[in-house]
Amino acid sequence: MDLGNFASLARFLPELLLSAGVLVLVIVDLIVTDKSRLGDLALVITAGALLLIAFQPDTGNAWLFHRMLVFDGFALFFRALIALAALVAVWMSMGSEEVRTCDQGEYYAILLASTLAMFLMAESANLLMAYLALEFVSLTSYILTGFLRHNRRSLEAALKYLIYGGVASGTMIYGMSWIFGISGSLDFTVINKALTTPETLPVLAVFIALVLILAGMGYKVSSVPFHMWAPDVYTGAPIPVTTFLAIGSKAAGFALLTRFFFPAISSLSANGSWQALKGVDWPQLLLVICVITMTLGNLAALQQTNMKRLLAYSSIAQAGYALMGFVVLSNDGLRAMLFYLFAYYVMDAGAFLVVMIVANCTGREDIDAYRGLAWRGGIVPAVALSIFLFSLTGIPLTVGFIGKFYLFAAVIRGKFYILAIVGVMNSVVSLYYYMRPIKTMFLDTPQGDEGTILAEPWNYGLMGVLAGATIALGLYWAPIIAFANRSLNFFTGPA
Amino acid sequence: MSHALTLITFIPVAGMVVILCLPQAMKDICKWLAVGATALQLAIAVWLYENFDTTTTAVQFAEKHDWIPSYHITYFMGVDGISISMVLLTALICFISVFVSFGINRAEKAYYALLLMLDAGMMGVFVSLDFFLFYIFWEVMLLPMYFLIGVWGGPRREYAAIKFFLYTLFGSVLILLAMLGLYYYGAQTTFDMTTLASNASHYSSNFQRIVWIALFIGFAIKIPAFPFHTWLPDAHVEAPTAISVILAGVLLKMGTYGILRVNFAILPEATHQLAWLFLGVIGTVNIVYGAMCAMAQTDFKKLIAYSSISHMGYVMLGIASFTTAGINGAVLQMFNHGTVTAMLFILVGVIYDRAHHREINGFGGLAQQMPFYAAMTGFAFFAGMALPGMSAFISEVLVLLGAWQTYPLMTVFGAATAVLTAGYLLWTYQRIYLGPFNEKYAGYSDLSLREAFTLVPLAIIVIVLGVYPHAILGLLNSSLVHLNQVVLSTPGPAIAMVH
Repeated sequence: MDLGNFASLARFLPELLLSAGVLVLVIVDLIVTDKSRLGDLALVITAGALLLIAFQPDTGNAWLFHRMLVFDGFALFFRALIALAALVAVWMSMGSEEVRTCDQGEYYAILLASTLAMFLMAESANLLMAYLALEFVSLTSYILTGFLRHNRRSLEAALKYLIYGGVASGTMIYGMSWIFGISGSLDFTVINKALTTPETLPVLAVFIALVLILAGMGYKVSSVPFHMWAPDVYTGAPIPVTTFLAIGSKAAGFALLTRFFFPAISSLSANGSWQALKGVDWPQLLLVICVITMTLGNLAALQQTNMKRLLAYSSIAQAGYALMGFVVLSNDGLRAMLFYLFAYYVMDAGAFLVVMIVANCTGREDIDAYRGLAWRGGIVPAVALSIFLFSLTGIPLTVGFIGKFYLFAAVIRGKFYILAIVGVMNSVVSLYYYMRPIKTMFLDTPQGDEGTILAEPWNYGLMGVLAGATIALGLYWAPIIAFANRSLNFFTGPA
Repeated sequence: MSHALTLITFIPVAGMVVILCLPQAMKDICKWLAVGATALQLAIAVWLYENFDTTTTAVQFAEKHDWIPSYHITYFMGVDGISISMVLLTALICFISVFVSFGINRAEKAYYALLLMLDAGMMGVFVSLDFFLFYIFWEVMLLPMYFLIGVWGGPRREYAAIKFFLYTLFGSVLILLAMLGLYYYGAQTTFDMTTLASNASHYSSNFQRIVWIALFIGFAIKIPAFPFHTWLPDAHVEAPTAISVILAGVLLKMGTYGILRVNFAILPEATHQLAWLFLGVIGTVNIVYGAMCAMAQTDFKKLIAYSSISHMGYVMLGIASFTTAGINGAVLQMFNHGTVTAMLFILVGVIYDRAHHREINGFGGLAQQMPFYAAMTGFAFFAGMALPGMSAFISEVLVLLGAWQTYPLMTVFGAATAVLTAGYLLWTYQRIYLGPFNEKYAGYSDLSLREAFTLVPLAIIVIVLGVYPHAILGLLNSSLVHLNQVVLSTPGPAIAMVH
């Protein structure tokens, strides 16, 4: 179905709610004096958006707003994931000492606007729309990163982010102009037809265009060589924002990356494998990027002494793992990637949450602040952080293992044996740095200068939910994999 | 008891959960809960032993339920002749090691919880017949082990713990890839090990060889086979006594068990072709090299650790021989080594608890001060030397008899090492227990009742199995003979290095 502006609105309710929420927050901020309640309002709006997504009637796939956006299973998965990420980010913001010092109204309004932008990124069916959504995400992210106005690191991070982002998106739109020149359209479905039908293709031009576009999208998922902003931004931003960037923004990046590289420029064959454009060897390029991303992320993480920075490099490595599902060019791989992104959401949000709890109590983010955490009243966050880090390593009984299991299964099935070996060796390397905080918390004895850990019921509640989910989904994950399977449903026009 | 295997695996988990819910102060209750859980487990193991049908090669006490149907992952447990003796050994060693742990005086609640988790993981490995389930248990066991060594260990515990973890994870991920390979490229997509085994001929020869080697490295690290053995001395030296007992008593056997369960049963052709090199030659190197390293040690515990490496070599040599005697002897040796080494590590712990060092040259004449302890050590050393009348004699002789028919040269090396073994054990005995009495140790008490209680049952088993090995061999024979025939029915190695 190709829906017009008004007909589209019925399937656009979550986004409408978020847009209204942004306005309401701004207005309420002007009226009320007790700013501490604004977080609750933002939480209600985010939860409302999530519920709207969850209970959206299945009205069939369609184009919205004259083929600008697409409404399909794949978009639904990412909207749900991003809404969940926003929910965690808002919840964390309400319990964060850093955010408490900021202008509440603006902060939550921008956070919700960013969520809206990520939704749009996951739904784009048109290069122009994709570019606008990506820029929208970037602009809101810059502001959120620099929100600690009196903190030099936060400002430095925002500036770095801005410069990198400017270059990356400029490169991307240049690449898009090449695609437009070659195919004569910005519409994904038309591009697909234009590129897959003709016998002869300007192979080199298409390849260059794809590389240029990859700059913008790779920057969002923080893959090498567009990863360099991540460590600084993750370290400088307030922790809830870091979390949101790590799980939400990355998911949106993967959504757009997948939507462009699969339904837009590849074709699906009957056996569930995808055919790349003839002669345009982007899968090979992405394979190299994938291997370098995970290896570099893991090796760089080995030396980190700041938890946020360690998790930043870890998130680069995790993006590399997720890309394994991408480069095998099969629905198996994509399903594994979706599952992995979900798993990554649960475990990485949890890890950042514990970092925030410790930072709230001690004001510190370095690993030394965790010394003997288990033996000085912080046994609960220590155990929870261990669960999240084991999950990030991929040890069984956690959802992270199941995610890696599906990824490697897809890789082995696709006969990418070297990639599989590189992947598992990276897991072994990553164990070393994921174990360092665990070692510091349990094996080292506290020296008395680390500060005490106080139990905060709201943060502990969320931590319990995430830790419980990490283990529960490691034991029984059938609903999630079924959801990922249903979500491999790209709408590219009436059949 | 249709759920005997589920019970035997998850009773420790239940114990762990209860312990975790108790307040920190109730450490005595934690301790006795752990005793209770392992005692119950041991009782079920004895029940399994009593009701095990020794005449069949089929899987017994099987339980099978769907877990993740879309991926053919099942909850499939069962035991046969390959695993039943290991189930017994695990239950026995875990029960004893709880008593050995009574000396722990720091964070007892966490300690016993982790010990029970380790117990469940090991038991799970031996009773799982779904490869995915097997792998879960295989890896889950690493976590408690890391913390048990890392938190309650000796001075270099952090290094030893992470080394153990990294080494074994390295092996595990290779097993994961091999498992996925077997899953996708077999006659049917399944993780059911019995089905995989019955479709063994479906895999191409090259595929078998690659997967075999990946699996072998994974399992060899656990054995530990040369050159992957270097984590073991470190882990043993730093681990608390009870954990050393479990490590040597049960954990190492998981390596050889895995080789029998997966490499032999699922990849018989590759086994037939590669075993002489990877199991035979490396096994012999293990025997000789382990004994020589043991000879050079001055740390009592490290010496026992190297002697473990040496004795596990007999297991490898035995299963590589493809003879009934060899393979039966090897699995019997797995059981016997478990009991004998457990005794040895308990004995090292006894003196370490009193002297707080393990320097062999720092003792002397202890037999005068602690006669019962010295006698017990003498007994355990004789068992380690495999003297007739002791259980290890039967198993090592069976291994050597079997191996002689296939690899005469290696067997000569293996048999000759008995002299080295006697050498390092007797020399150690002489330096610690005989000679002039070192007055520094004048106030030491002999074995306490608790210590005696941990040692005597093991000693009785050593003697009983020395006189009546059929108690264990009877369990193994039919399954192992069948497994051996499956392997022998495939084409043999291209290089005939034997006969």
